[in-house]
Amino acid sequence: MSALSYAISDTAVVAQRNLRRIPRQPDLWVSFTIQPVIFVLLFVFVFGGAIQTPGYDDYVDFLMPGIIVQTMSFGGFVTALGLSDDLRKGLIDRFRSLPMARSAVLAGRTLADVATNMVALAVMIVVGVLVGFNFSSSPLEVVAGIGLLLLFGYAFSWVFAFIALNSNSAEGAQALGFMVIFPLTFASSAFVPPASMPSWLEAFAKANPFSTIVDATRALFVNAPAGNDVWVALLWCVGLIAVFATLSVYQYRRAVSS
Amino acid sequence: MAEAAIEARGLTKSFGDVRALDGIDLSAPAGTILGLLGPNGAGKTTAVRILTTLLPPDGGSARVAGFDVVRDAAALRAQIGLAGQYAAVDENLTGFENLEMVGRLYHLGRRPAKERSRELLERFSLTDAADRLAKTYSGGMRRRLDLAAALVARPPVLFLDEPTTGLDPRSRLQLLEMIEARVAAGTTVLLTTQTLDEADRLADRIAVIDHGRVIAEGTPDELKSRVGGERLEVTLEEYDQEPAAIDALAPLADERPKCEHGILVMPLKRKRGGIAEAVRRLDAAGVGIADIAVKRPTLDDVFIVLTGHAAEESADDELEEAVA
Repeated sequence: MSALSYAISDTAVVAQRNLRRIPRQPDLWVSFTIQPVIFVLLFVFVFGGAIQTPGYDDYVDFLMPGIIVQTMSFGGFVTALGLSDDLRKGLIDRFRSLPMARSAVLAGRTLADVATNMVALAVMIVVGVLVGFNFSSSPLEVVAGIGLLLLFGYAFSWVFAFIALNSNSAEGAQALGFMVIFPLTFASSAFVPPASMPSWLEAFAKANPFSTIVDATRALFVNAPAGNDVWVALLWCVGLIAVFATLSVYQYRRAVSS
Repeated sequence: MAEAAIEARGLTKSFGDVRALDGIDLSAPAGTILGLLGPNGAGKTTAVRILTTLLPPDGGSARVAGFDVVRDAAALRAQIGLAGQYAAVDENLTGFENLEMVGRLYHLGRRPAKERSRELLERFSLTDAADRLAKTYSGGMRRRLDLAAALVARPPVLFLDEPTTGLDPRSRLQLLEMIEARVAAGTTVLLTTQTLDEADRLADRIAVIDHGRVIAEGTPDELKSRVGGERLEVTLEEYDQEPAAIDALAPLADERPKCEHGILVMPLKRKRGGIAEAVRRLDAAGVGIADIAVKRPTLDDVFIVLTGHAAEESADDELEEAVA
């Protein structure tokens, strides 16, 4: 077999291992899916009435694409916690001592985490519809939107893989992850229109890739004006994957837990 | 003799200011067990990590199974098995799934990986627990599974980093027997340990490591004779019988036995029958014996003789562990 086919089969073996673990660790993904549901209820029923969203009849139509994007980015925590756990328990050492592809542990990890993201995405869509969200685009656009969201979640798994490989503990990775994710998600178009922010923050929110992904999702789910958002969003995802997959594999090869 | 299965020359490795390895030479002929003996933080784990390609050395070179640990790292990994201090098994997989995964990552192929896993579970008495999650296993079972994982690809060279740490005596004995069986089958083993006893039982040769250097090397018997071998310790019933006891036992030792606080200590020249002879002589001299025992030299004894200090944990250790 060639190096490439080994890389593919090794990745499949690691992905299978991680998929098997998912139903055996209910605490991990239950909290990961329940937390965003609480966010939905909080924003729709507590803050929603006070937030003005020109162009939208109902705040829930504005909110859901934003909060789903945030949920996908939170999927990165599952990646980071899983890798930190493997590092702490010596499994990464075992993998590194095996004649397997150097990229397979990370690629198998992030690939399996797409499955957790799919579960979270399904829960969010159901909850969204229950609290009054309406898809007002074509089925094809909805499918494209789901694909974009999963790609974005996959990209964030790589970002968090890099964070985990550079942290000494799961707690460290989690703290660093929150420091990255909270400013990025809240200072974006996810929860409020950037036009309502002070001008310096509005400028940041408009340049923020989170806003681009959120706006692209709105375009695909509720027919919001899109401009080039969908293409720029795709580019962001591909770019994040290329950069962070390269950095993470490099880090895995040389310095992990040395 | 063929090329040594493990050969290291002048390995050095530093973590920040701490010199974990300060020029280590090691050699193990194929089919033998080399014991690395030393206290925590002596550099044993760092040496194992370098020899198993997990860590690049700062200086020096090493070949394992004929492959350079840096240049031929990828090819070398197919030739080695590693079982660590921390029993690296996936708790959320069953015993069978753990071994099958490792087998597939060694590229044994789907069906051979399954067959090999069943065979190893059987040999390590884990068949009944094969389909239980590893998190339900006892410490001894985990160690066995970890060792089985290291053996999946029948590697010619096996690295065992303190394989018995934290095991109860029975599990420890079982594990030692399994390691002996591997060597009987031709595997070369590098084993790290903190106990002289274990190194003595398993190793063909022992390298004693302290502060990143090999401070002594030889067969267990050579080392023990440097340390003074076994000692006889007799606790007397009456303090005032000390002179009588010394006179009675003096012919059995090269030097005059020492006696303090009613406890007589002397090196034991003759292993077989030494105790019986001592008891007969003491009895004939009318000396009452409260207790009599043969004491084996401990790691501390080895260190005191070789370095003049006890095998205490050095401060670097914590650092090495923190970065390791």
